[in-house]
Amino acid sequence: MIPEIGHYALVLALLLAIVQSVMPLVGAARGNVAWMEVGRPAAYGQLLMVTVAFGALMWAYIVSDFSVLNVAENSHSLKPMLYKISGTWGNHEGSLILWVLMLALFGAAVAWFGGNLPPTLKARVLAVQGMIGVGFLLFTLGTSNPFIRLDPAPLDGQDLNPLLQDPGLAFHPPFLYLGYVGFSLTFSFAAAALIEGRVDPAWGRWVRPWTLVAWASLTLGIALGSWWAYYELGWGGWWFWDPVENASLMPWLAGTALLHSAIVVEKRDALKTWTILLAILTFALSLMGTFLVRSGVLTSVHAFAVDPQRGIAILFLLVLATGGSLILYAMRAPSLKTGGLFAPVSREGALVLNNLLLSTATATVLIGTLYPLVLDAMGGSKISVGPPFFNATFVPLMIPLVAAMAVGPLLAGKRADLAGALGRLWAAIALTAVVVLWALWAHGADSVLALVGIAMAAWAFFGAIVEMAERIRLFRVPLADSIARARGLPHGAWGTTIAHAGLGVAIAGMVGTSAWVSEDIRVMRVGDTATVAGYEFRLDKVEELRVDNYITEQGTFTVLRDGAVIATLYPEQRWYPVARMETTEAAIHTTFVSDLYAVLGDRTEDGTGHTVRLYHHPLVPWIWFGSVVMVIGGLVSLSDRRFRIGVPQGRGQSGKAPSAGGIAPQPAE
Amino acid sequence: MSRVVILLPVVLFFALAGVFAYALYFKELFTGVAHNPSELPSALIDRPAPEFALPALRDDGQGLSSADLKGGGAKLVNVFASWCAPCRIEHPQLMEMAKAHGVTLHGIAYKDKPEDSRRFLEVLGDPFTRVGVDRDGRAAIDWGVYGVPETYVVDADGHIRYRHVGPLMPQDMEKMLGMVRELGR
Repeated sequence: MIPEIGHYALVLALLLAIVQSVMPLVGAARGNVAWMEVGRPAAYGQLLMVTVAFGALMWAYIVSDFSVLNVAENSHSLKPMLYKISGTWGNHEGSLILWVLMLALFGAAVAWFGGNLPPTLKARVLAVQGMIGVGFLLFTLGTSNPFIRLDPAPLDGQDLNPLLQDPGLAFHPPFLYLGYVGFSLTFSFAAAALIEGRVDPAWGRWVRPWTLVAWASLTLGIALGSWWAYYELGWGGWWFWDPVENASLMPWLAGTALLHSAIVVEKRDALKTWTILLAILTFALSLMGTFLVRSGVLTSVHAFAVDPQRGIAILFLLVLATGGSLILYAMRAPSLKTGGLFAPVSREGALVLNNLLLSTATATVLIGTLYPLVLDAMGGSKISVGPPFFNATFVPLMIPLVAAMAVGPLLAGKRADLAGALGRLWAAIALTAVVVLWALWAHGADSVLALVGIAMAAWAFFGAIVEMAERIRLFRVPLADSIARARGLPHGAWGTTIAHAGLGVAIAGMVGTSAWVSEDIRVMRVGDTATVAGYEFRLDKVEELRVDNYITEQGTFTVLRDGAVIATLYPEQRWYPVARMETTEAAIHTTFVSDLYAVLGDRTEDGTGHTVRLYHHPLVPWIWFGSVVMVIGGLVSLSDRRFRIGVPQGRGQSGKAPSAGGIAPQPAE
Repeated sequence: MSRVVILLPVVLFFALAGVFAYALYFKELFTGVAHNPSELPSALIDRPAPEFALPALRDDGQGLSSADLKGGGAKLVNVFASWCAPCRIEHPQLMEMAKAHGVTLHGIAYKDKPEDSRRFLEVLGDPFTRVGVDRDGRAAIDWGVYGVPETYVVDADGHIRYRHVGPLMPQDMEKMLGMVRELGR
């Protein structure tokens, strides 16, 4: 019964989405306030209905209702409860419902928080958001209905892919989707602005918080995914340039560019056509990611079960949304008025440089991901593109980006003095030099790229700190004054510093583990010891255990340093009989500045020992710590009072001519 | 901004969408061959494997060249790399085919440091009779390798008979084994 309620709720959600996409749009065109107002209740109703549907599917997973095909195919009664719940979105159909849920959530959020938007803009944003909802709900109901029954019901399910039975992966898709789908809202804002035919600084201010929400979620989602790959796939790699990883990286890069170009719209009333285009493309790249993962045009470990019919349907959605909005863009963009001017050397100039580099990087990843497919379709020869391509193209683009990142926030708006800004960064230059010297002393000059990388990391981090110290005039005015200044700074400025510093930390982690890893691979018998980077690993025992839905062989390592016990590691090799798959569970001990990483391999042929892999990964936890710091930076920026609801529109505007919607009152960032 | 620049994104996007639509739908209509990334039709099917000679990965001096593919019944040629995630996923299947079913497997270590490839095999097991090092990926280009892993079925005459792109999963093994058994006769 409950699955049928879920199915019915989805149908109702579709009807509400249709209402939401038509009535407010017509109302806005005709100036009919009542019709425009329909968008709000429709958005709430849609959210309610999709929540009911999602809840119904989750319920079917929790009680293991194998009469539902989707549950029978992806769950098992012996699975731990956490993975029964995460199984809801661990498959194509369920993940689509999650996607639609997020979409409805963002629609309702605009309806709820959009009190300060001009009514016509709000109606149009809701309408465009409704249209995306219609597309995805139709797609779900038409090709990917998760509520299909199975008669007779099987006695037990076929189990979720064991690689996906993991806490990191349980929460990775929801954040990733929150990011992907969050960009639907910036897309809706862009489309609505094009329909209105007007983009002003206020638009830049309204679209920024939503971009921040989406960006922060996507950052967290990608970080969780790479963390999972690091500990689950069992050899300490954290990024593989897999097409599906690239599919999440492209919207992130474009979204990061959007985050920065929206500042220029807000502050200088410039870069408007470019920002609108970025908003469209960011969501288009999110949609394309969905298409690549689910249509089967590319091969990847992440790919869902593929079905050409679904591929065509998503392609249709992609063409309708992206193609439609780009045509709208081509029609309307030339009529958008260009606003303020600025010199190349200025804060805005630095943001343009940021945008150039980030969009080039996005294009690089796009080409690397799609080139084999395009060449194949054109009947050309088959080529392979892997990490060697991306390391040679993507990494060099990041170097000038990071180099400029520390300088940008120190430049004044409109026109700035580059030499002066560099002069104020002397402390950052000195500290970076110290870090590079330390790296030379500790790890030698074998890898020049590693030295460049660590210099970039230090530059980003110390640049951000020095910039903040400059702002609060630390050590130049009495400390109490500095603290007062720090309190008075807008949250947006703090957000910038924190996020930029976080990126520096993350880069240090990436460089550290890529360049300075120590590893040892050998056959060990119980009682043997091996030394890696000064740590002694002793294999104490190997035993076989039977847990829930798998059988495991678990090793016990004691790690010693100078005779003192540092950690005990329990790496496992698991066998999932139902799914007929084996997984390696690495054991990791982290000291924050490095990870000790142990993997238990196969038993040797004579049966007396095991192949083991032991690693010392310097700085690797910083990748994810830095990512979390970046997310925190995004959230701090989001709490800026300029974005807060209920702040009077005219605040701080005295003396300025009131413009449509009000210009951002505070100099942020 | 000029009209042309504004129109550029639309044009590029529709070109890309056209490629997607072709791969997904029209390719089958026009050429009769469906786009299947894990079963890419190779231009080399039923033709001799390309000429190549690769140095040995292991100390045993057993490198891989086109001459090694002639004679000795049907065999599999697997292209792998230690940096490739799906390769690790398919490895147990390769081990099973070599050890339990006695299939002859040759390896091409693709764009990888030899010491990394060696470690990969030391840890996960070594199913290969011969392993050649393709450091710059030149031989793989001649084979038409799209991405690692790929597995080719080569018959006793050194002709390529089948190509599998992507990891070889347990469910693909039956097909491979059947083909090797049939060709081996």
